Amino acid sequence: MEMIAFYASWVLIALGSFFLVAGALGMLRMPDVYTRMHAASVIDTLGATLLVFGLMIQAGLTLVALKLVFVLALLFFFGPVASHALAQAALHADIEPILAEDRRGRDVPPKAGEDPSRKEGGQHDPRQ
Amino acid sequence: MRTIFLAIALALFWLALSGHYTPFLMSVGAVCIILTVALAYRMNIVDEEGVPVELILAAPAYWFWLYIEIVKSAWSVTRLILDPRLPISPTFTRVRAGQKTAAGIATYANSITLTPGTITTGVEGDILEVHAIVSGGADDLEQGGMDRRVSRFEGSIATTNKEKA
Repeated sequence: MEMIAFYASWVLIALGSFFLVAGALGMLRMPDVYTRMHAASVIDTLGATLLVFGLMIQAGLTLVALKLVFVLALLFFFGPVASHALAQAALHADIEPILAEDRRGRDVPPKAGEDPSRKEGGQHDPRQ
Repeated sequence: MRTIFLAIALALFWLALSGHYTPFLMSVGAVCIILTVALAYRMNIVDEEGVPVELILAAPAYWFWLYIEIVKSAWSVTRLILDPRLPISPTFTRVRAGQKTAAGIATYANSITLTPGTITTGVEGDILEVHAIVSGGADDLEQGGMDRRVSRFEGSIATTNKEKA
């Protein structure tokens, strides 16, 4: 049983490391800042979670494992906020994305039963 | 009700992080929790957005679903990276967030960003601007599968809001 846990954790850690390296390679290969961010998000989602899962198996049912859960939660709540802020900062700085297709002008179908008073509610402003 | 929940959650968080259960550290923790809760209460941020208790029960199922989505798209982005031809087709698009609350729209926007291959670059009302690394990723979002899943997850919050209105 201990051996199984040992090998399972190392398989997870090795897989996680593989995705970290793949993400890093992607950051080098991609042509512009926006596409590089997509490569980076492989690192902080799949790479990081597999690594932490592997470490959790190593830690067993202890407080350390619980703290690793907090690390994951931190990554999953702050990661997208940071990515969003970075992408928006790049757009504000007028860094033109390399695009194959630009559908920003497309008509978005309206949704029935909308509450207009909530319209501005979705602002996720990193400055606040 | 929400205030009590916040206090309990903070207490558990303190106990888990500390790991030392001496009287001194426990009382320091109690003081910290009381100060934090009092501050949050006076700042009026103990509401359905700051302390979304309703989501606790639905959250694990949603996170599990989201994680499967993340694994699938992370794998496809990895294949893009490792493909010698680098077959990317970066696409900018706009999608509508069908959620009713601010927390719901933020959940949808963050879920898009968390999923490798798509990033929310802007939020204007309930219109999200999304950058996708392949046009297929933009197509998927335009079809709204994830939007509907987040709306279902949000369901519990939306009903409480209707009761208020």
